[in-house]
Amino acid sequence: MVRRIEVGFKSGTVDALGESTKRRINEDLKIEVESVKTIDAFAIDADFDDAVMERLGKELFADPVIQEFEFRKPLASGFDWIVEVGFKPGVKDNVGDTAKEAVEDILRMELRGKVYTSKQYLLKGKISREEVERIAAKLLANELIERWQIADSNSWDPQHGFMGYVPRVKLEHEPKVAEIPLNVRNSTLMKLSKDRLLALELKEMKAIQKYYRRKEVAAERAALGLPPNPTDVELECLAQTWSEHCKHKIFNAKIRYDDGKGKVKRINSLFKSYVRKSTERIAKKANWLVSVFKDNAGVIKFNDEWNLVMKVETHNTPSALDPYGGALTGIVGVNRDPMGTGRGSLPVFNTDVFCFASPFYDKELPPRLHHPKRIFEGVRRGVEHGGNKIGIPVINGSIVFDDRYLGKPLVYCGTGGMMPAKIDSEDCSVKKVDAGDLVLMVGGRIGRDGIHGATFSSEELHESSPVSAVQLGDPITQKKMQDFLMEARDLMLIKAITDNGAGGLSSSIGELAQMSGGCEIYLDKAPLKYPGLDPWEILVSESQERMTVGVEPAKLDAFLELANRRSVEAAVVGKFTDSGKFLVKFGEKAVASLEMKFLHDGVPQMKLEAKWEEKKFDEPQFADEPDQTANLLSLLGRLNVCSKEYVVRQYDHEVRGGSVVKPLMGAENDGPSDAAVMMPRLGSFEGVVVSNGIIPRYGDIDAYWMTACAMDEALRNYVATGGSLEKVACLDNFCWPDPVKSEKAPDGEYKLAQLVRANQALYDFAIAYKMPPISGKDSMKNDYVIGNVKISIPPTILITAIGKIEDARKAVTIDAKKAGDFVYVLGVTKDELGGSEFYALKGFVGNEVPKVDAKRAYALYSKLSKAILKGLVASCHDCSDGGLGVALAETAFAGMLGMNVDLRSVPRERAERNDFVLFSESQSRFVVTVSPQNAANFEKAMKGVSFAKVGDVRNDEQFVVVGLNGSEAVKSDVAILKAAWKKTLNW
Amino acid sequence: MEKPKVLALTGFGVNADTELNRAFLMAGADSRLVHLNDIILGKSKLEDFQILAFPGGFSFGDDLGSGKVFANKFKFNLSEQMRKFLEDGKLVIGICNGFQMLVKMGLLPAFEKKYFEQTVTLTFNDSGRFEDRWVRLKANPSSKCIFTKGIETLSVPVRHGEGKFIPMSEEIRKRLHENGHVAFQYCDANGSPTMDYPLNPNGSVDSIAGICDESGRVFGMMPHPEAHIFGVNNPQWAREGLANSEGAGLRIFRNAVEFAKKEF
Repeated sequence: MVRRIEVGFKSGTVDALGESTKRRINEDLKIEVESVKTIDAFAIDADFDDAVMERLGKELFADPVIQEFEFRKPLASGFDWIVEVGFKPGVKDNVGDTAKEAVEDILRMELRGKVYTSKQYLLKGKISREEVERIAAKLLANELIERWQIADSNSWDPQHGFMGYVPRVKLEHEPKVAEIPLNVRNSTLMKLSKDRLLALELKEMKAIQKYYRRKEVAAERAALGLPPNPTDVELECLAQTWSEHCKHKIFNAKIRYDDGKGKVKRINSLFKSYVRKSTERIAKKANWLVSVFKDNAGVIKFNDEWNLVMKVETHNTPSALDPYGGALTGIVGVNRDPMGTGRGSLPVFNTDVFCFASPFYDKELPPRLHHPKRIFEGVRRGVEHGGNKIGIPVINGSIVFDDRYLGKPLVYCGTGGMMPAKIDSEDCSVKKVDAGDLVLMVGGRIGRDGIHGATFSSEELHESSPVSAVQLGDPITQKKMQDFLMEARDLMLIKAITDNGAGGLSSSIGELAQMSGGCEIYLDKAPLKYPGLDPWEILVSESQERMTVGVEPAKLDAFLELANRRSVEAAVVGKFTDSGKFLVKFGEKAVASLEMKFLHDGVPQMKLEAKWEEKKFDEPQFADEPDQTANLLSLLGRLNVCSKEYVVRQYDHEVRGGSVVKPLMGAENDGPSDAAVMMPRLGSFEGVVVSNGIIPRYGDIDAYWMTACAMDEALRNYVATGGSLEKVACLDNFCWPDPVKSEKAPDGEYKLAQLVRANQALYDFAIAYKMPPISGKDSMKNDYVIGNVKISIPPTILITAIGKIEDARKAVTIDAKKAGDFVYVLGVTKDELGGSEFYALKGFVGNEVPKVDAKRAYALYSKLSKAILKGLVASCHDCSDGGLGVALAETAFAGMLGMNVDLRSVPRERAERNDFVLFSESQSRFVVTVSPQNAANFEKAMKGVSFAKVGDVRNDEQFVVVGLNGSEAVKSDVAILKAAWKKTLNW
Repeated sequence: MEKPKVLALTGFGVNADTELNRAFLMAGADSRLVHLNDIILGKSKLEDFQILAFPGGFSFGDDLGSGKVFANKFKFNLSEQMRKFLEDGKLVIGICNGFQMLVKMGLLPAFEKKYFEQTVTLTFNDSGRFEDRWVRLKANPSSKCIFTKGIETLSVPVRHGEGKFIPMSEEIRKRLHENGHVAFQYCDANGSPTMDYPLNPNGSVDSIAGICDESGRVFGMMPHPEAHIFGVNNPQWAREGLANSEGAGLRIFRNAVEFAKKEF
């Protein structure tokens, strides 16, 4: 039996969710509703009598001050329409799970059934059924994971309401293993790959076919009782392990690169030739690189006692399908990378960078795509819940807008962690696995959710993209697991740890087993959410919040006892061996056995063609305007420049107590910081500095300079805030449209050439800036293809810079501090407006993409860095989107102080127009304010690099820029400038 | 007593525990984090401590109302130990999620020591959003609250989605004021309590940000004083030359520790 209890707000109490829902219906869907009220419904799968229900209502479900509850009949009344939204079967219901535990606490008994939640929206207003359907589909529910029912007041039965719907999972299915014939024609092989969502190429299918034809393989299989053909378990396991997502096949391919000018270069693996090579070269001189490119996250030395760990991931495709669930899983998932590095690190901060189409997009949407505002809002909320609920501050990020992200939004989530250098003289950054050690799965349980995530993300978004690829994260299960794992680590109970992300157990155990040389997995021992899963599903499921841990047999009892005491589930699911085999059992029966060597090294190397061609865009033709005030105001309000306070405020950016430079600083706590500074260990003023660089617009002209500029932006943000050049590393995250030439991607060769050039720049500037990549990620099929509509993202690289400031109290913020301070511009302004925000405002791309002079830039950064540490700099802000004009305005309005600036003093080359000087996006430039008493020392410190005093900070709020001809080019007020900057996303 | 012992609770999604523990250590206490399960299992006993702290966080993800499920777990397992702790006049502080727990457990305001009866609540902000922003608090000079003694105003961040304080009735509202239960109110630049958003970030009735019980020894507040234990935590540090000063929020913890030193 199912008992249902409904909870609503007493009259006279504000229903905040109802209010905000009403606002969004009115504003986003342009449907006029008078009011929205909400009711929470809980369906308890238990046979409780009225007395128990009454007690649960009072003690648990309703807040006696503001809420009322009803369990005998529906609570809803006084509406024109009612919509009830609940989960589809098998979707993680976090609130339901908490309710179950809470009911058990109160009744002191174990509930056999579950608790299922749903939400009712009571709408009032003159709206049609069609409009209500639209509200449900476009705003209240996501049909991928949720179902809804609609009723109007006339058809509503006040005694019974909606027919009770309980999304129980019923898999009346005996788990079984299938044999899959591989001795078939090539076309059948490819059909198999496609139908099973294996995402394997013909060459790869043939390699598998060949493996099974080997005599010794056949003999060994017969001995184990396995069929001669692969089992579904084996094939799925290979597909996961060999997926683009896990094996980075494009980055490891052999590439023939034609530079378009007759020169051909052969590249054997972009990763080895550029990314890792730059790190290896820098590592010869830098003694602070601890563990790079071999673990789930990069590890650098923070001080003698602690290491700093960092990873940035992408979660694009899931976020396209279910923005909330996708982003939540993204942030909670990347937390597990530091957690699964070495013997485990504690996540201490998050970063997030999103790329969306305009939230004001007003054209028709192609099928299966959500409106960009819905994506924005869902992703924002997902990261909010993931970060806030686990208690990891989101300290740095940005949002980039371009309508080509309509097909796939990019959701980059990063997590930094802290790891003790040693525990009991054991190096914490090194994981060990010996034959005989046990494999434990810790945290959540396995369900059908998240099956085929790895193979699926290696494909473009298409018509039959599976629903099961979407997962909903559960921050609290993960938080409990995280607390437990850190305790277990410090007690030396963990020998090795890794997370279950893409590919599930198959990948996590498979990877760790490389250290011992084999493993045995007991799939029947893995805790499941519900019975009825086939063995292959258990092996590759990507259900969230799970870690795989290697534990010595002697420490098993202690590990399990602690897990139990922390209310965390842990189970032995296998053991490490040195058999050379990846052996999987279900009960007594072997269901898979693969050679470790074939599993990990058997994937054939891809061979690809890349061909570069220089693109020519129209050279803009428009006159310099005498008054640039309007241009400046427009630029400040543009999506890529404007305030992101709406998002930042909803993220906890200071939990853990170490925040020093927050995302928003200044006189009114609302100026945009260049980088974040936080103290990861309370009690010490040593700080971590984190920043990012991302500028996809430049890639339309040349991906080389896009990457160079992203590297420069990340580093200059870092330097501007006080980060030390002695210890700065970077993380590279490539998100690309399909760069493999095919029918679907006829321009693949050009896109691959863009990728080659991006890698070349990464190498060049990593070395020039002594900023080694320590970890990275690539996501290679960011296209939308349905029918004959194809939308590809612009090639996008995110560079995250991470490093140290020895004393966080020496950090510098962007806001002008005092009237009378001098204003300086550092670096040279050139006619470099190709791909700039200003050209975009005027409807052009242009060709003069900003270039980076690494040598000049590094000299400037070194001097600026020293000046900052000497305390000579009052404020420092980098020039990026919108150039000098925007940087000056932001410096002024963040400090709520006016400014006089004379453009004639700005150091410049080939820039002879006011608009070009103001809005060129030349790299490696800063706006700095310095107090008059520090000016002489500052100028001395900067000697030898291009810089100039261009004005001073006023004692009122006037913002005045004198142009190249000596007359006023901009005249405004900081309050007006700030309002223009704030209004765009002021939701 | 030289070093009062502080038990700061942890587990089940509490997450502002490290900095709370640090704040008490800096204030001179012997403070430690203890998992709720370890108290339920008897591995730690409340009677061994003089100060009990409920930290901020998202216990149980705020599912079924912030603080509610954690509060129930505590109440159904530890009510006897807790009664004794309170009868002994020991100190209790709850911050943010911890305040929500105290209120929903009925330990605040607990008129006439009627414990475990809820009379006020903390619910969704009027904005409908979680917000992280710094606010200014005015301490009530006529409150008996020992945690806020000597404080006039205080800058601290709020970081919550459910911080709107609502008393169950008009009578309770009056009583909160009359008996000096109101310890902190959101105020404007002049130090006057305000209902203006975002100065009052959640729409709390009478701008109430923190309350205490009749003895002044049990105290809860929504904003986070443990997030302002260093000068550089204050977003104005670079403008006001606070880099080398102590964080103003530390005063709350010092007050508690000094009081406990004398009293126990």
